Amino acid sequence: MTVQELPGAGASHRSTPPPAWRPRTDAAPLLPDPEPYRVLGTPAADRLDPELMRRCYAELVRGRRYNAQATALTRQGRLAVYPSTVGQEACEIAAAMVLEEQDWLFPSYRDTLAAVARGLDPVEALTLLRGDWHTGYDPRERRIAPLSTPLATQLPHAVGLAHAARLRGDDVVALAMVGDGGTSEGDFHEAMNFAAVWQAPVVFLVQNNGFAISVPLAKQTAAPTLAHKAVGYGMPGRLVDGNDIAAMHEVLSEAVRRARSGGGPTMIEAVTYRIEAHTNADDATRYRGDAEVEAWKAHDPIELLERELTARGLLDEAGIQDAKDAAEAMAAALRDGMNAEPVLDPMDLFAHVYAEQTDRLREQAAMLRAELDAAEHEEGDGS
Amino acid sequence: MTTVAVKPAITKPATMAQALNRAMRDAMAEDPAVHVMGEDVGALGGVFRITDGLAKEFGEDRCTDTPLAEAGILGAAVGMAMYGLRPVVEMQFDAFAYPAFEQLISHVAKMRNRTRGAMPLPITIRVPYGGGIGGVEHHCDSSEAYYVATPGLTVVTPATVEDAYGLLRASIASDDPVIFLEPKRLYWSKADWSPEAPAAVPGIGKALVRRTGTSATLITYGPSLPVCLEAAEAAREEGWDLEVVDLRSLVPFDEETVVASVRRTGRAVVVHESGGFGGPGAEIAARITERCFHHLEAPVLRVTGFDIPYPPPMLEKHHLPGVDRILDTVARLQWEN
Repeated sequence: MTVQELPGAGASHRSTPPPAWRPRTDAAPLLPDPEPYRVLGTPAADRLDPELMRRCYAELVRGRRYNAQATALTRQGRLAVYPSTVGQEACEIAAAMVLEEQDWLFPSYRDTLAAVARGLDPVEALTLLRGDWHTGYDPRERRIAPLSTPLATQLPHAVGLAHAARLRGDDVVALAMVGDGGTSEGDFHEAMNFAAVWQAPVVFLVQNNGFAISVPLAKQTAAPTLAHKAVGYGMPGRLVDGNDIAAMHEVLSEAVRRARSGGGPTMIEAVTYRIEAHTNADDATRYRGDAEVEAWKAHDPIELLERELTARGLLDEAGIQDAKDAAEAMAAALRDGMNAEPVLDPMDLFAHVYAEQTDRLREQAAMLRAELDAAEHEEGDGS
Repeated sequence: MTTVAVKPAITKPATMAQALNRAMRDAMAEDPAVHVMGEDVGALGGVFRITDGLAKEFGEDRCTDTPLAEAGILGAAVGMAMYGLRPVVEMQFDAFAYPAFEQLISHVAKMRNRTRGAMPLPITIRVPYGGGIGGVEHHCDSSEAYYVATPGLTVVTPATVEDAYGLLRASIASDDPVIFLEPKRLYWSKADWSPEAPAAVPGIGKALVRRTGTSATLITYGPSLPVCLEAAEAAREEGWDLEVVDLRSLVPFDEETVVASVRRTGRAVVVHESGGFGGPGAEIAARITERCFHHLEAPVLRVTGFDIPYPPPMLEKHHLPGVDRILDTVARLQWEN
């Protein structure tokens, strides 16, 4: 029996749609453009805001320097690990720049740079990676959720927070960041679906940097683009050149505006590339060739902007030098901060598990206290 | 001489389901930050009708039917709590909560700790749990061992109508995430109870002696409490006077009440539906042994569900701890080597 011969397979059974069925929206306006949106090097660059672009430039240079410093600190053993965003700085910086003070950022483990660009102290941003506490900072201070290591699990949080803010009548947008690998996780799907059903003021920023550790995008998804996934949830999907900060800023700003004005969520796929390895524990030569990396280096986010701005006379040598100087100052402060030994109190291990400590934890805390006192006593004897 | 007539509090038979419903209603009425959410909690009032009428009374924004996705429900609740709400989440059945475990373990249980106390998450997660209702696969798990093994979670389970109300109010008021395990086979159990003047019950973290006795202590919670009380009655015929302790709260665990009871009776049996290996009873037995060794007349024994996947409904009666199995175990406490 062929499929065509199966009962129910005949055209006569499909002549009328089931009752009350109709497509909810026309998918066409939700579909992403086939090519990533670009501004730099195109006629669209005519309308660039010089002041905004100079700020973007300074932030990009600072971001690149931050990446370099953090990587160096890893080699010196000051950080346990650092997932670099070299090559992805435009995504990180734009994400931080498009948000208002009352908005919230939900970063993944790779997005320390976005958190720093939003104002998180660079040393505090690295607490997790140095290993003295799990994230540790107060999320309410800068409205930055804790850096999330499990993939895509922070996305439903962004939806819930944005939903709660809207229920309260507050003007708050949540921007949630995730990588290409994270789009395969169930939480990505659930967050997108909740956001669309609730019309929550959320922007999902997917940084497609080519690899989930070693697995290339082609083995991650069979979708035409990741941005296409948005359509199935009933929200617009946008494809943008993630190395073009002008394009990133424009597309993200538009999505934030839509969310703020009650237009619901947007999903943005930023096409970019992870120039460095996943972390210092990774050997990228095992899964990709130099030629590919070199090609992407030629599409560097800082160079793209620098070329555009200098050609238009919006940036000169002095401006470039100013950006470099500011970045060096940040790096020096970061080095100083990271070279100072963190002051740790082992008793803090028990301090933040419950609002009120349980008997069990009090007992275990007493045990550790006794061990610490004994060790101190021994040291005292030895001197 | 004048006398003042004192009217007794008006009580009428109420079910555990009604008490739970009332607890949410009262909490929502008192605090606009309390939001109930989950699959089917709105128009339907939940598959067990525990949220009946809440959407009508407080609106769909306060009692929300979510998409069918447990990780999404709990994940969204995390974000809502981060913004200052107090979500009360319904996981429709015990085993339906498993897709949400990543959210629960990686985020819900750890948010306070990760943020050095800056971001507590006051989320109540209601989980109808346990067997004895003839439910098919995935509808009868006793999942408490997973929860009690996760630091940062408070785990409570009422066994009486009064506690259903009192403990749920306390859970919603808690600034920490609480796993609120509802013994679904007791949903329709009744007691004289007045929602207008609910009896004050001890809060989270206190165990209660439900029946005093001298021969041995039965330590139990949730769905096994009525079984233990029945066993204690039956044991009188054998000449055994059993004390029954209802834990009410698995985390924090009220060790003092348990230890005091076992030191009085010298014998202990822990009873629960979930499997024995790595179950809460293993921990409780270990603690009793550590603290009551010289008071014990016999080893601490356990009556638990078997270490098997929850059985099909037609076989569950062989799995669940019943009166006979408890009595047989109590008989072994004579301990004459």
